[in-house]
Amino acid sequence: MSHRSFVWLCLLPLAVVTAAFFLLPMARLVVTGAEGPQGIAGYLAILTEPRYRATLINTVVLAAVTTIVTLVVATIAGMFLQRHRFPGRAVLIAMLTFPLAFPGVVIGFLIILLAGRQGLIGDWSNRLFGEKLVFAYSIYGLFVGYLYFSIPRVILTIMAAVQKLDVGLEEAARSLGASPWAVQRDVVLPALAPAFVASGAIAFATAMGAFGTAFTLATNIDVLPMLIYTEFTLAANFSTSAALSVGLGIITWFILALARSFSGSTVAAAG
Amino acid sequence: MSASAGHGAAVRIEACGKTFADGTRALEPATLDISSGETLVLLGPSGCGKTTMLRIIAGLELPDAGGKVLFDGKDMTSVPIERRNVGMVFQSYALFPNMSVSDNIGYGLKIRGVPDKERAARVAELVALTNISGLENRRIDQLSGGQRQRVALARAVAIRPGILLLDEPLTALDAALRDRLRGELNRLLRALGITTIYVTHDQAEAMELGDRIVVMQKGKIAQIGSPREIYFTPQSRFVAEFIGAANIIESPLENGHLVLPGGRQAIGGDANMPAAVAMIRPETIRVIEAGSAPLSGIIDSVSFIGDRQRLVVSGASNRLLTVDAPNTVQANAGERVGLLISPDAVRLLPPED
Repeated sequence: MSHRSFVWLCLLPLAVVTAAFFLLPMARLVVTGAEGPQGIAGYLAILTEPRYRATLINTVVLAAVTTIVTLVVATIAGMFLQRHRFPGRAVLIAMLTFPLAFPGVVIGFLIILLAGRQGLIGDWSNRLFGEKLVFAYSIYGLFVGYLYFSIPRVILTIMAAVQKLDVGLEEAARSLGASPWAVQRDVVLPALAPAFVASGAIAFATAMGAFGTAFTLATNIDVLPMLIYTEFTLAANFSTSAALSVGLGIITWFILALARSFSGSTVAAAG
Repeated sequence: MSASAGHGAAVRIEACGKTFADGTRALEPATLDISSGETLVLLGPSGCGKTTMLRIIAGLELPDAGGKVLFDGKDMTSVPIERRNVGMVFQSYALFPNMSVSDNIGYGLKIRGVPDKERAARVAELVALTNISGLENRRIDQLSGGQRQRVALARAVAIRPGILLLDEPLTALDAALRDRLRGELNRLLRALGITTIYVTHDQAEAMELGDRIVVMQKGKIAQIGSPREIYFTPQSRFVAEFIGAANIIESPLENGHLVLPGGRQAIGGDANMPAAVAMIRPETIRVIEAGSAPLSGIIDSVSFIGDRQRLVVSGASNRLLTVDAPNTVQANAGERVGLLISPDAVRLLPPED
C-alpha cells in the first residue's frame, strides 16, 4: 500500500462520520423544508406568515440585546477582575464561571426560583409594594436566563484579552494627555474589539438556539427554537419545522459572518 | 504650556525612593537636578532602578512618602502623567495598532483639541523631521522596527513636551540599525533642545547621547558626571568596570609605586596607603621594548580587531592585563614585552567594602 492511499484510508472514518451525521441530515433537512403543501415556497412562509415573522424578530432582538448587555457587564467585570488583586478573587471568578456547569434546564429552574410565582423577587416586591412581581415565564425571564448563561463565557474571553493588553499602550496614551475615559475609548476598547466579536458571536449564537431554558420556563414563549419544537411535536408539521430550522441556521451563520467581516473592516479602515 | 522648541523644563527629584508593595526596594531615596535642555542618561544593568526613576519623573509611579518631583520649581509629585506634559518613548514603542502612523503622531494634539489643520501641519513637520515621509497612512504592523522607533519619537515630540523621557528606545533593534539611529537621535535631540532623560543599559549609547550620565547600581546612584568624567575618573570599581574595558589591579604601594610581579608602576599624585586598587584603561598602555621598561610581561594572546589589536599580557600584574595596541605594532604570543603607562593614566579607586 502506498503512503498516499494509506492517508486516504485514514481519512475514511472522518468522511463516514461527516456524511452520516452532518451532510446527509442537513441535506434531508433542506429537502424536507421544501416538501410541504407549498413546496419550495414553504421557506418564504418564515417571512410572510405573521406568526413566524414575529417570532423570528423576537428571537433576533432577544439574542442581540442579550449579547450587548452581556458584553457590557462582562467587559467591566472582566477588566476589573484581571487588573485587581484582592482577597476572594479566585473564589469570585470560580463562582462567575459556575453557570458553565449547568444545562439550560437547571438555569430555567433557577430563574423560576428567582422570579417565578414563589420566587424571591415576587416575595420581596409583595412585602414592599404589596404586589407580586413575576416575570420568569416570559421573554424577560428568558433574557435573564440567557444573561446568566452568556456572561461566564464572555467574561473568560475578555479576561484573557485584557491580560494580553500591552499596559504600555495605556501609559503612552496617558503621557499624551488622554484622560482615563479617553484611554478606554481610544486604546483599550479598540484593542479588545476582536475579543468582543469572538465572544459576542458565541453569546449571540447561544441565545439564538438555546432551547432548554425556554422549555423549562414556558411553552408559549415566542422564540424560534420553541416554535420549531411546537410545529414538530404538536402540529406534526415536518416541513415547516425543517424550513424554520434551516432559517435559524442561516440567520445565525449570517450574523456571525457579518460580525467577523465587520471586525475585519474596522481593522482595515484604521489603515 | 510654555514649552516650545528650544526650551525644556528643569527637573528636580528630591529624596525619591521606591518600595514596591511586596517590599522590594527598587530605588533608594535619590536627589537629582537636571537643567533645562540637558540630556541626562540613566545607565546601569537591569534591576538597578533606572526605569523606576524614569517612571517616577513621568508620573507613572509615585515615589515613597517624602519624595518630591519638581518641574521648573513646581511640585508635580501628585500631578498625574496626563497633566505633566511629558513626551515618552517606550521600549516596546507602544504605538496604537488601531491608528495609522499620522493618527498616532497626532493623537496627543487631538486630545488637546488642536484644530485639524494645525494638527496636520504639525504631523507633517514631524514626519519630515523623523524621516518617515511616505509612511503616513500605513498601519503600525506594516512598519519595520526602525520606522516604529521614529514614529514613537515623533508622537512623543508632537505635543511639544517640556521633558522627553526615553526608556531604552533602541534596545529592540539590531546592532547596525541601533548604531545608525543613535547618531540620528543625537542630532535630533540637540536640535529640539528639550530636556531629555534617557534610560539605557548600553554604555555606548550613554556616552554618545548624554551631556551627563548617572550610573546606577542596585537602586543607588553610583556616580554622576560627564561621559569623560565617568570614563576617565570612575569613583568606584563598579563604574570602572561597567563603562568601557578596565584593568583592575590590587597591589601594595611603595613610594608612590604599585609593586607588581612584572616590575613597578608609578602612580600620579601621592598616596600614603599601604595598598591600593587601581584602574588602567587598555588603550593607555604602550607596548615597548622589554629591556628598558619598568614593567614587563609575556604576551598570552593577540586578537586583531581591525582598527587596533587587543593583547592579553601575563606576568606583569597579578592578573592578566588587557592592552589595546595600534594595529601596526608587531606582537606575537609568547614574546616578552615592556609596558609603558603614564602615571596619570593610573586611577586609584576606593578600596572595596
